[in-house]
Amino acid sequence: MSIALPAPDISRAITRIAHEICERNSGSQLVTLLGIPTRGAHLAQRLAAEIESITGNSVECGTLDITMHRDDLRLRAPRALAPTSIPPLGVEDRHVVLVDDVLFSGRTIRAALDALGEVGRPKTVQLAVLVDRGHRQLPIKADYVGKNLPTSPQQIIKVHLSELDGVDEVLLEEVAG
Amino acid sequence: MRHLLSIADLTKSDALSILNTAETLSRASDGPMKKLPTLRGRTIVNLFAEDSTRTRISFEAAAKRLSADVINFSAKGSSLSKGESLKDTAQTLQAMGADAVIIRHSASGAAHTLAQGQWMSGSVINAGDGTHEHPSQALLDAFTIRKHCAHGNDDLTGLRIAIVGDILHSRVARSNVLLLSMLGAHVVLVAPPTLLPIGVESWPVTISYDLDSVIESVDAVIMLRIQIERMTEMYLPSAGEYARFYGLNLDRLARMKTQSIVMHPGPMNRGLEISSESADSARSVIVEQVKNGVSVRMAILYLLLAGNQDLEVSL
Amino acid sequence: MSEKLFIKNGTLVDGSKANIHISDGVITAMDTADGVLNDERVIDAKDCILLPGLVDLHTHLREPGKESAETVLSGSQAAAKGGYVAVSAMANTTPVADNASVVEHVFRLGQKAGLVDVFPIGAVTQGLGGVNLADIGAMANSEAQVRVFSDDGHCVSDALVMRHALEYVKGFNGVIAQHAQEPALTKGSQMNEGIVSSQLGLKGWPAIAEEAIIARDILLADFLQARLHICHVTTAGGVEIIRWAKARGIQVTAEVTPHHLLLTDELARSYDAVYKVNPPLRTERDVMALREALAEGVIDIVATDHAPHGTESKECEWQEAAFGMIGLETALPIVNQTMVQTGLMNWEQVAMRMSKAPARIGQYYQHGRDLEVGSPAHITVMNPTATYRVDRDLVASRSRNTPFHGRELPGIITTTIFDGRVTFERSK
Ligand SMILES: [Zn+2]
Repeated sequence: MSIALPAPDISRAITRIAHEICERNSGSQLVTLLGIPTRGAHLAQRLAAEIESITGNSVECGTLDITMHRDDLRLRAPRALAPTSIPPLGVEDRHVVLVDDVLFSGRTIRAALDALGEVGRPKTVQLAVLVDRGHRQLPIKADYVGKNLPTSPQQIIKVHLSELDGVDEVLLEEVAG
Repeated sequence: MRHLLSIADLTKSDALSILNTAETLSRASDGPMKKLPTLRGRTIVNLFAEDSTRTRISFEAAAKRLSADVINFSAKGSSLSKGESLKDTAQTLQAMGADAVIIRHSASGAAHTLAQGQWMSGSVINAGDGTHEHPSQALLDAFTIRKHCAHGNDDLTGLRIAIVGDILHSRVARSNVLLLSMLGAHVVLVAPPTLLPIGVESWPVTISYDLDSVIESVDAVIMLRIQIERMTEMYLPSAGEYARFYGLNLDRLARMKTQSIVMHPGPMNRGLEISSESADSARSVIVEQVKNGVSVRMAILYLLLAGNQDLEVSL
Repeated sequence: MSEKLFIKNGTLVDGSKANIHISDGVITAMDTADGVLNDERVIDAKDCILLPGLVDLHTHLREPGKESAETVLSGSQAAAKGGYVAVSAMANTTPVADNASVVEHVFRLGQKAGLVDVFPIGAVTQGLGGVNLADIGAMANSEAQVRVFSDDGHCVSDALVMRHALEYVKGFNGVIAQHAQEPALTKGSQMNEGIVSSQLGLKGWPAIAEEAIIARDILLADFLQARLHICHVTTAGGVEIIRWAKARGIQVTAEVTPHHLLLTDELARSYDAVYKVNPPLRTERDVMALREALAEGVIDIVATDHAPHGTESKECEWQEAAFGMIGLETALPIVNQTMVQTGLMNWEQVAMRMSKAPARIGQYYQHGRDLEVGSPAHITVMNPTATYRVDRDLVASRSRNTPFHGRELPGIITTTIFDGRVTFERSK
């Protein structure tokens, strides 16, 4: 087990992504951040705080639970639902930035696009992730990446955030044997 | 949880996870009702060997909102009403690939028999078995009470809830007694002695024969439907006497606590166990119960069917 | 001509060791020496109790009418396997045994099977209808010589009909065996009325529905100076009433089933209809009262109420299922478990309750005799300490509705001797 991304790197990555989002969308007035529970929701809040300190304006930020849209539900034990909360301005004609911790197969993001489709029709949908570990199974690509982390499929990435885990770090675990 | 047969099989955390899931689903559906793809490709059979339009369409709406394929075996057309055995029906449903069977049956324990017979591999959901249990009704009642009376608490601790009427023959009462008391509420059963079962002293409830002495102190009152047959079966002298002693009229309604609510599982006998004015009053959440029923049944279907039940539950 | 048998190294009910020589259906010699004679077949009864052959006063053999569930032959095989040498075939067959021709038919089927004596019980009323008396005299005078009459399955609930039945059988010292169940209090009833029924939502069957009839019939028997037998007593209250009657010298006898000595209504929680029986399983308190009453002799006998039913009658909703359990093959082990191993009864009392007393009540004079020289050779050989697991797929009965499936029971019946012949022998 090794630390792939220590706390200062995580913090720098979030700051950089916040700047990139503002640049690409000419500020943050039309931006809505939607974090994918659980850790994506906390990352979205951190990005929102960062963007606010850059622009001086508050930014729309909410959560989008994608559980009901997953295509792998039957492969796992039943799971609890997380809340979806769409900020007051909704998603119509907004630049929606989906935020997640790790981009892997791309299936979570596909489910998120389906879930977002239930909510409304944004002007654009963008994707921000803390870590892109490769091995995509769908034609999905992140617009903002904290760190590209080449991995083997057997390795396990664990993201810890201080809000939930008491510490900021991204760990890379080898599977035993 | 593979089946939902009885509230007695649930732990408090099972019950809360159903209520919390329903809560999340009901908030998501505050907007326009949209279909969720969660149970796409799954087949759910409504096996209703006894008439109950409202429970059937509630489960059907829940299943369809989760994109399941729904097959209805209604009372009239069902092979069960033609004397086909439960076993043969179960084997037929198994051959059809049913992932879940929602069963309503006039025999107490029919859902247990179906689940334990090893005739089919799908989930069994009890939608009312004889005079035994009606778990989804109790869950939607608890959901409704929690929303209105629990002041943001997770459970129903400290609440006082009266269930009034034909306890002896009521599956709604049996499920509610188990669930509401498990969630911390104090349940008071109000009925004439003929309509309380021998053995009720073992239930986690208080008994009263006098609605007037109870009505002022409760946070919620659940009025049960009284069947007209109870008069001819000599449980009661007359419908009029029942209404006078055990009906919820305007007078009793006026003496209820300010934030308290009036509930009824339906269908109502207006003018018998509940007056029209009471049923339509501001305290009444009877229509809302129906709406909550869909969310709760979606939660039940989701928790029973969406995941792989052979894996450890990680709720 | 029956073969010659030599039972060696057995233990009699009084604890003494015995070797028994049998010839021509009779016990010809008993001694303590192990001296096998020429041409005798040896039955090793080491570690075994030798009981006078068991007699069942309450058996449903289903023939004629429901041969898919049991026949006189298959029921006889089950009886022999359970250590029985005589059974009493209840009248609720199709057609009902309410006339001489049906009881003679059943009697002859029993003779033909030849494994136990099958004594037909005659119906009290025509078609078990409870209204008109059946051909009681004709059945008594028939080849079957019926002495026990019962509408079992139904209660003779009309007090006047019961009065006349009790009076009428006095003419030939017959006895009415009453299935005590007040019908008005048990309409649609499914299980014992109490805590469990309140929770399961199954219609209750109050103890008092049984006790009210027991009390009434005891008063009638007292008034008429007639003989009354109470089938399958199940309640502590019923026991109290019978105790009172016996203290007053009223001619009442009573039976208890093995299942009511062991099982309680808690089993209904599974909704498995194999536990559905009439009268229903009661509470732990009732079970304890029944055991005490049997030990004391307030309840005179154990009777199986062996009630075979096809799988389809049990694999269904509880309220649709048939009442009844099979019991011939497990009766003695259960009495061993509930009465002997608990210290409530000794083997002499077992012989009394399961052989001598039922033979006396039924007037089966060739049965229920002490094992002594000159007695008919009806002998049950059982190893009381060996155990076995009940398997419903291995029963001799045609039906598999045993509530004891999967239970480990103490007491293995190794040999049954009826009329000097081995009718059952456990394969080694
Ligand atoms: Zn009987």
